[in-house]
Order: sequence, then C-alpha cells, then structure tokens
Amino acid sequence: MTATARPAPGRSMAPRPSLRSKTSRGSILADRVATVALWATGMFVLVLLGSIIVHFAVAAWGVVSPSFLLSDPSGETLGGIMPVLWNSIYMLVLTMLIAVPVGILGGIYMSEYAPDNALTGAIRFAEESISSVPSIVVGLFGLILFVDNAHWGFTALAGALALTFFNLPLMTRLAEQALRAVPQDERSASLALGATKWQTIRHVVVPLAIPGLITGVILTAGRVFGEAAVLLFTSGLGTPPHYNFTNFDLTSPVSPWSPFRPATTLSVYIYKLNSEGLGAFKNQIVDGSAAVLISMVLLFNLGARFVGRLLTRRMTAS
Amino acid sequence: MPATAVYPEPLLRRVEVAAPVAAAAGEAVTQTGDVKIATEHVSISYSEKVAVRDVSLTVQPRSILALIGPSGSGKSTFLRCFNRMNDLIPGASVKGEVCLDGENVMDPQVSVVELRRRVGMVFQRPNPFPMSIYENVAYGPRRRGQNDRRKLDELVETSLKRAALWDEVKDDLRRKSGLALSGGQQQRLCIARVLATDPDVILMDEPASALDPVSTLRIEELMRELREAYTIVIVTHNMQQAARVSDVTAFFTMAEDRAGYLVEVGPTGQIFTRPTERLTEDYISGRFG
Amino acid sequence: MAQLTNAFEATGLRAKPGLMERIDLPRRVVFLAAASMIAIVALLLAFIFWQGIQLFVKDGQPIGAIFDSTWNPLADTPEFGILPFILGTLVVTAGALLISTPLSVGVALFLSEVAPNWAKSVVQPALEIFVGIPSVVWGWLGITVLVPWLSDTFPNKIAISMPLVGQVFSMPGFLTGFSWLAGSLVLSIMVLPTITSVSYDAFRAVPQELRTGSLALGTTRWQTIRHLLIPSALSGVLTAVVLGMTRAAGEALAVQMVIGNSPTLPAAITQPVTTLTSQITLDMGNTVFGEPWQDALWTMSLVLLIISVSSVVLVRLINKRRIGQ
Repeated sequence: MTATARPAPGRSMAPRPSLRSKTSRGSILADRVATVALWATGMFVLVLLGSIIVHFAVAAWGVVSPSFLLSDPSGETLGGIMPVLWNSIYMLVLTMLIAVPVGILGGIYMSEYAPDNALTGAIRFAEESISSVPSIVVGLFGLILFVDNAHWGFTALAGALALTFFNLPLMTRLAEQALRAVPQDERSASLALGATKWQTIRHVVVPLAIPGLITGVILTAGRVFGEAAVLLFTSGLGTPPHYNFTNFDLTSPVSPWSPFRPATTLSVYIYKLNSEGLGAFKNQIVDGSAAVLISMVLLFNLGARFVGRLLTRRMTAS
Repeated sequence: MPATAVYPEPLLRRVEVAAPVAAAAGEAVTQTGDVKIATEHVSISYSEKVAVRDVSLTVQPRSILALIGPSGSGKSTFLRCFNRMNDLIPGASVKGEVCLDGENVMDPQVSVVELRRRVGMVFQRPNPFPMSIYENVAYGPRRRGQNDRRKLDELVETSLKRAALWDEVKDDLRRKSGLALSGGQQQRLCIARVLATDPDVILMDEPASALDPVSTLRIEELMRELREAYTIVIVTHNMQQAARVSDVTAFFTMAEDRAGYLVEVGPTGQIFTRPTERLTEDYISGRFG
Repeated sequence: MAQLTNAFEATGLRAKPGLMERIDLPRRVVFLAAASMIAIVALLLAFIFWQGIQLFVKDGQPIGAIFDSTWNPLADTPEFGILPFILGTLVVTAGALLISTPLSVGVALFLSEVAPNWAKSVVQPALEIFVGIPSVVWGWLGITVLVPWLSDTFPNKIAISMPLVGQVFSMPGFLTGFSWLAGSLVLSIMVLPTITSVSYDAFRAVPQELRTGSLALGTTRWQTIRHLLIPSALSGVLTAVVLGMTRAAGEALAVQMVIGNSPTLPAAITQPVTTLTSQITLDMGNTVFGEPWQDALWTMSLVLLIISVSSVVLVRLINKRRIGQ
C-alpha cells in the first residue's frame, strides 16, 4: 500500500453535487420532447391508415354490393365493375404465370450460384435499375415494343409482359432473400450425402424456402394488382365490352379468356373515370372501386403473413 | 441460500488494512467516510428469473474491487446496477440499495444521466464510435455542452495522456478514425473517452478479455495508475488478473436455482491465499468453475 | 433422380463427370432467368434512347430548344420547350422530400429506437399496407379529400406582414386546390414507406454496443440518436432519400390527378404546375406515333430515365464511400 493518494492532474477534488441535482435538465427535457415527437410520427402512420380505411368504408357504403361486383358498367345507373375486376384478376394471373417462375429461377441463381464477379454485378445493377425506372416509362417501353413494333395493338399479353418487366426485380429479390434464409448447414448436410448441387437446391433448399417464396409471390401479386401506369399504354384504357364467358375462342378480340384483346383493369378504370369525368355516378363508382382495391391490398398483405406463418409452423412441426 | 452471513467480517478486516490510505485522501472523502459505493441487499431479476440475490458489499475510494466467479454467477449484471445500465434491459428490476457517496442511485429522483457521468463504464469488446479519435474523446464533454475549442483540446489531451494513448495517436488525432486503431489501443481510447467525462468511479466489464497478452498487461498497468485518482470495479474471468491488479476481491457463484450470489469479499491477498469459504478455495484452486 | 443414378454408375473418384453434369443444365437455366434482367434493361435503354432522340434527329429540333420554357405543340411552328415539366418534376419532388424526410426518418427512429414490441408489430404492417395502396387510390384521395380541403381552407391571398418592414411574404390562395402543394403532399405519403424502411435498416445496422457505449457516458437517448446514430447511419439515410426521390420523380398517375397540369413555370405552392410524368400520361393517348409532339413526349421519358438511372449510380456511390471508410 505505497500508493500516494495524490489527485491526478486536472482532477478537481471539490465535493460532487447531488445525483438529484438538475444540472442536465436541458438535455433531459430535449430527450422528453424528442421521445414524444418520435411517438407522434409512429402514431401518425397508424392514424393515417386508420382514417383511409374508415374513409373508404364510409364512401363505399351502399355502393359495393354483389351486384356492383357482378354487373357490367352502365351509363344511366350505378352499374358495376365486373369486366374490369375480371381483367384485373386475369392480368394478375397472366403476369404471375410469367413472373413467378422466372423470378424464382433468377433468385436461385442469385442465391445459390452467382459468383462474385462483374457479371453478377451487372445483374444486380440491372435489378436496381429496373426497380428505379418510373412505371410510366416501363409502360412506354411496352408500348413501343409490343404495341407499335410488334403490331399487337393494346393487348392483355403486352400489359402482362410489361408488368413482368416491372416486377421481375422484386420477385427475384424476394426469392433470393427467401433462399438465402435457409441455413448453410442444410446445404452442407445434403452435399455431404453425395447429392449434386442441383439436387440439393431442388430437394432441400427450395422446399425449406417455400414459406418465404410464397410470401414473396403474394407481395408481388399485391403490387401487380394495383398497378395502372404500366398498363395505360399497353393493355389499353377503353371501356370493356360485355364479356361472354362461354366464348373460349382465344383468337377472338371479345373473348374474356383471350390474351390478345385490350384489357382495362380496375386501377386503370379508376384513372379513366377520373380523367374523363363522365356520368352521374362517377364518384360512387370510383369510391367503390377504390374500396375494392384497398380490400384486395389488405387481403394480399394479411394473406402473405398468414400463409407464411402457417407454412413455417407446419414445416417446423413436422 | 442466504449469502449475507459472510458479509461483515472480511469487510471489517479490509477497513483495518485500508485505513491509512483512506486517511491520506482525507479532504476528498465525503461525509460517509471511506466508503465510495455501498450496496445493501441488492437483488436483480429479469422478468421472473432472479439473476443476482441479496448482495451487500462496500467499495473504498481509490481502490480496485475485482468481481470474480464462474460464468452466470451474475458479476456483470451486478456491475451494471452501479450505473443503472440494467435500466436498458426490458423486464429487469433491481431491489435493494446501491449508494454512491451515500446517495441511493436507485432513487427515482436520481438523474441517470448525472449518475453515468459520475460512474463511467468500459465494456468487454472495445466500442469506439465511428468518428475520429478526437471526437471519440470529446463526445462526452460535448454532450454536456462543452464547446470551447481550447478547453476541449486540453481535455482530449489530458484524457488521452492519462489513458496512456497520447503518444501513439497525437499526430493524427483528427484524421484517424477510432476504428482504425488496434484492439488494445481501441480499449485505451474507450478508457480515455470515459475519463473525459470526469467520473469518480470506473466500471470495467472484462476489459481485457478480447485483447492479446501484451495489450492486456498495458491495460492492467493503466488500471494501477488510474487507481490513484479513481475508484475502479472490474469484472474478470482471469484470476491472475484479479490477483495482479485488485485490492479487494469479491467471489460470486451460482445457487441451485442458478441465481448468482456473493460468497465472500475480502482483501485480494487473503482471498487468494486463505479464503474463509470452502467454495472460494475450490474455485481459486481450479476445482470448479 | 436421373443424376443420382449417374453418380452411382461412376466408378472411382476420378471418374469423368457425365454429360449431364458437364452441361449442368439447371445452372444455365437459372442463369438465364437472372440475366434476363440485363436484357430487359438493355432493351429498355436502347428503345427509349432511340425514341427520345427522334425529336432532334428526325424532327430537326435543336437540342437546346428543349430547355425553352414554352410548350406549344399545336402552334403553326410548334414549340417543344420541356423546361416547365423538368422544373415541375424537380419542385414537386423537392416539396415531397422536404415534408417526407423528417417524417420518415422519425418513423424509422421510432421503430428502431423507441417503439416497444407491440407498437412495432402494428406500425410495420401498416407501412407495408401503405406500400400496397395503388397510386390511383392515392390520387383519388387527393382529389376527393386534400384538394377540396386546401381550396376551402386557404382560398385567399396568404400574406405575412411584420411591423415596420411591412409585407415580407405573399402568395396567392388556392383557386381550385389543384396545386404544387397538393402534389407534394400526396407524394410525401407515397414515398414515406420507402424512406422509412431503408433508413430503418440503416439504423438497425449500427451495432448495439455503440448505443450502450454512448448511454454509459451519461448521454440521453436523444443525444445518442442525434450525435451518434444519425451520423453513423448517414449514408443509409441518404440512400433512403435518393430512393424516395426516384420514386417521387417517377410517380405518374397520383401526381397527374392533383397538380392541375398547367404547363407553366412553377410560381407558388398554391398554383397548378405540371411534371414530366403527368404530361406524358395526359398527352401520349392524344398523339400519333411519329409526329413531333409524340417525339417530344419520348424525349421527356428519356429525361425521366436518365434521372432514375443516375439515382441508381448515386446510391452506389454513396454506399461505396461507406464501405471505403
């Protein structure tokens, strides 16, 4: 115990103020204010979403009914949105038929194969670029490529392909994330048993990633369903005719099943009604259509969550 | 298993031994005499699980207390109640009293901000901020409203000197990022950062466990120097380290319900040569833990 | 299972891999799927570029003429100055970012630093639903709620006067409500989820030890956010703002529905303006392929494309700097 208890240079030896002293009152007050402000921003999001849902619930009250969903538009009465709703679903299925396989395969490449080289860098750059290209420009690209140069005219297929272009990066990225989330051990275990890389992907990695992949598909679907700008100049914005669902002639321009016919979707229809501004029931029809769109968005979102959770639970339980 | 029974006797002996040192520091000692920190019946639990049970001990000013014991014995948790870092863990609750200079730091009126300025902490893994060496050290004082350039320069220099880092970094204080230093230097930077806020007490949670042997020795040397002006409480897994640097050693272990408790506390020499408790002896001699 | 059989047929560790294995068809297929994105981008760039330069190549407009402020495609000597649209896009986007950035970064900080678990588990799904709400719905909300509210609330001249100095600021009121401000407000909500989620990731990427280190020095949570987290996550937040900007500049329908579409230079936030996207949306259907008017619209799309590709490059530069540090 030879240490001399001299104060180190610069250390004041004056008695300390009480720990309850209010020396830092300013910064503590600032902290309180900031905490309240940050809570306010978070709650703002909830209040806004709540008011939007309530707004449309009120606006669509008395408009949305089975007959609204199931009848043709009409000039004189409220009519319905059946053909455009059908087109939205049709376009969704058509787009997903192309985008899902290509996106998942691309995701497999990016997650399992892609070496760290310039080509992979180029793919990532392309992925980011398409995601940032305005939807209207993607629509114009579809216009020039399919409608004008290929002489298809406004067709569902042109719209679906343009939508695929627009959403492929999202689908690929979500698939890549889902596949990357599969633990490396699972791959090693399979490879150690003598399985080839593709067998491992096909029988181990992809099945384990199914919940994530399905969530990705549903999220992409939600975006495809509401998109309008891509479709204005590809699948057209005319008023759809009365659809005869028994007409399976895929070459007929009026068959609801044909990919080679104009197909105005629900979102495009809202835009069209608003810009043309005709009809006594315009506001009701748009409110009703918007409410249907929002309900579908909620459905896709909750669906993605529910299915993802259900599948994860089932897979981890078995 | 009540652990308080071992409390009074070793402490009394400790007071005897340390009395001359405390007296020499006379004018700096507050009304509570030669006790810097005192805990009374401190129990800490996370949600339902008790992590530390009923610990009472005192720490002398300008001394080094080492907390040793097997992992899970609650040493780090206990250390963190001195500056109320446990407040940050959801569901953590502390019972009992922790007194700093006679004031209960658990009192709801105590300003945690003020407390942590008085009780600094150095962590297991060096955690310099992603900014220059200078800004790392100036971070604390700046947050207290110190913006005078000259005073800051001075403070940065004295803090770095006291942390034995000045000579190695003085040439690119403002250019070099704290992250660009070696592990041992980073840890001394973290010590300098704490010193700049002018604390009385420095808590060190296994400060050398992530460092190489040479850096470890430098940190230990530094602790011996700092002991002249600060009260230090260190958690360590390394018994040699506790024996080398500390004045007082407290031995923690786990009860059957996995709650940590204090077995005994006493002058380091005594704990390592003739511990009162069988458990301590077993641990010191490597029979368990 | 064919490959598995092949593997068993092979004898010895040095057996030559079978034909199937050497071709590795699956690898080629998945590569094509991923590389298709390169093809899409290349084609898109090529086509839009080719169409975008027709105004100069085929119609003989001097390149400088597009930076003129007169847009009059129907005159005897049509004028294709697209400056009002470029400036309109810039100011509406800037307005949206000014409103949205503090709000979104606030939400991100709330989620990463403040919110208890229950609040997180409600706010995060709410943001995801925001992302999903189609732009026509935002536009319609703008028309039916925001625009009437603006014109009802501020119909008259807005002026701020100070004693002695007199009038320091004056601005016409909303005539119809269709305005620059309406466009910026609608956009600010539309980009909120983008900016929030990217900056949230940036804040989460700051190691927990830094927060504890700062708090242990006796700083408040706000001081830690303000002086440690925000500087540490700055490049991530910048990336978020650039991505938000890209989305705002490229948004077409919602903006077109609420900004009034007047092809004049932006004057005040209460006045109608127009943007590149909204003019393209409005005019494309009224023009004929190959006529100068439509070529001017293609030039505008080329400008949009240049904005969006440069923002991708910008984001990459921001992030490269962070890694290089």
